[in-house]
Amino acid sequence: MNPEKALMTQEPDARASDVSDASDATASEVSAPGAPAATAGTTGATGVHARIDVSGVAAAPGQRPDAGTVFECADVDVYYGDFRALRDVSLDVAEHEVTALIGPSGCGKTTFLRCFNRMNDLIEGARVDGTIHYHGVNLYQDEVDPVEVRRRVGMVFQKPNPFPKSIYDNIAYGPRLAGVKRSELDDVVEGSLTRAALWDEVKDRLKMSAYGLSGGQQQRLCIARAIAVQPDVVLMDEPCSALDPIATGRIEELIAELKNDYTIIIVTHNMQQAARISDMTAFFSVQANEMGHRTGELVEYAPTSLIFTNPDDPRTEAYITGRVG
Amino acid sequence: MTPDHLTAADLQTSLGRRIRSRTVRWLFMGAAAVTVLVSALIIWTVASGAWTFISQVELTRLADIGWFPRRGLFDLTTLLVNSAQISVIAMAVAVPSGFGAAFYLSEYAHPRVRRVMKPTLELLASVPSVVLGVFAISFITPSILTNFFSDINFFNKLAAGIAVGLLVIPLIASISEDALRAVPQALREASAGLGARRVTTSIRVVLPAAMSGLMAATIVGFSRAIGETMVVTIASGGGDTSLYNLSLYESGGTLTSAMAALGLGTDQVAGNNLAFQSLFFLGALLFAMTLVLNMVGDVIVRRLQNRY
Repeated sequence: MNPEKALMTQEPDARASDVSDASDATASEVSAPGAPAATAGTTGATGVHARIDVSGVAAAPGQRPDAGTVFECADVDVYYGDFRALRDVSLDVAEHEVTALIGPSGCGKTTFLRCFNRMNDLIEGARVDGTIHYHGVNLYQDEVDPVEVRRRVGMVFQKPNPFPKSIYDNIAYGPRLAGVKRSELDDVVEGSLTRAALWDEVKDRLKMSAYGLSGGQQQRLCIARAIAVQPDVVLMDEPCSALDPIATGRIEELIAELKNDYTIIIVTHNMQQAARISDMTAFFSVQANEMGHRTGELVEYAPTSLIFTNPDDPRTEAYITGRVG
Repeated sequence: MTPDHLTAADLQTSLGRRIRSRTVRWLFMGAAAVTVLVSALIIWTVASGAWTFISQVELTRLADIGWFPRRGLFDLTTLLVNSAQISVIAMAVAVPSGFGAAFYLSEYAHPRVRRVMKPTLELLASVPSVVLGVFAISFITPSILTNFFSDINFFNKLAAGIAVGLLVIPLIASISEDALRAVPQALREASAGLGARRVTTSIRVVLPAAMSGLMAATIVGFSRAIGETMVVTIASGGGDTSLYNLSLYESGGTLTSAMAALGLGTDQVAGNNLAFQSLFFLGALLFAMTLVLNMVGDVIVRRLQNRY
């Protein structure tokens, strides 16, 4: 058994004891500055996005240097009123990686995603227990203003949702809120659209309605709008589910490109997509209690390459091989 | 069960049932036709009365020192100005508080609060206007306005305007709230996701997106205000005559209150030159104004919707 992988696993089985020991040890290591942490082990294009100062010190052969942790989630529960939608999720999200959340419908992956920017606050009766530390700060402590969180943790939604405004005003919306000067707006708009691979298609019609764009263009516009405020993290909730394969391909290329600058957490229904674009994958599943209430839980969290080739949990294997879900 | 021998007669309805279904159809059509017929009759009555008036009146009488129908002085400006003043005051009261209530209910209120408040608001809409008219002369003028304007007339346009405004608030609030709620939640989430506070989202995203509905609410409210009769008759224009004046502290008749006075016969209008016919003329004018208003409103609403 791969001990690194066990650290990421939430499955309460025979491994439980050595898992908890190991994770304690890891937690202290991680908190030490510059220490090499064995929290994850993707192979592949890792050097690009690791923090350079750390990578110089740490990397043992074949082991990915610590890329810094953006989110640490511990025992996260989400309730909608009395209904528990998600239970006991603990996982860490590394900097400048793409983390995919996969699982069957109703498993709570979108609910979990919306915890990272406190979007669940907008839903009446929603409540989050447990802690989510963002660069060491608990997002759910009283002093935290969700609005400030959302300026750093942007979001792209399942259905493209441009404002009924011009293309330009859509992009400029966030920067204007953040107080970017009028004279700098043009550059911000051009930069964001370029970054989202949309500039060439829309540069001649910036003043026209965003609703005139195709679905795929609208979604890239929404990505451009999200990155226009220079966030640290971009959350994506099934960003391609309303798009055709060609548009999906463009968004995927874009995601691969964006992870150089941003940490990305993406919910997807499409397992091939998760396999193609993500570094880490979290598999969620759902269980119904005797009342018929369905509560989601994290089954397995591991480097994507492992999840898709050699999953630990039989439920993960059943799902990714298409036998369930 | 498979029939061994089928004829067309087997698939026919009985004569009685056919007659019954045809009768029902005619009854429903008759009911629909009645409304059309009544509308046509109203328009014909008003138009022919108005024509009698306009073809016989000396046109110079339409611009004079005031509205004195028994003396044959039909100064339209007096009534139009009074109607406009009262309606504008009413909108000044109703638009801010109507929009405010709508934004609160749609964007801020807890669902539980909304469940109670929206029906309460609509209950206010069902208060008979005569009650508001009495409220204007028994409370608004004596208890409030006299404190600020010592020389204010007991019957005055300001109190009438405020009372009409109170009457229109629920109408505007209700239509506006529907318009705001129709704005997709996805747009609010997009805005919140970019770090906008609720007030920013309301003003910069929800308001523009709901603009056509809010304009519609305003126009419907204005039509209602200009057509309001009882409040104005009680609180401002109860007399059958009114002298031209611009002061809001003075009484003054409007298109509607002048019609009410003529209709009641307080001016013993029958047989007195054209006084009775002037009622129809005012009716036609009012009808034309609200029609134009609604058409303008339609154009604005459509233009705003097409903007993006």
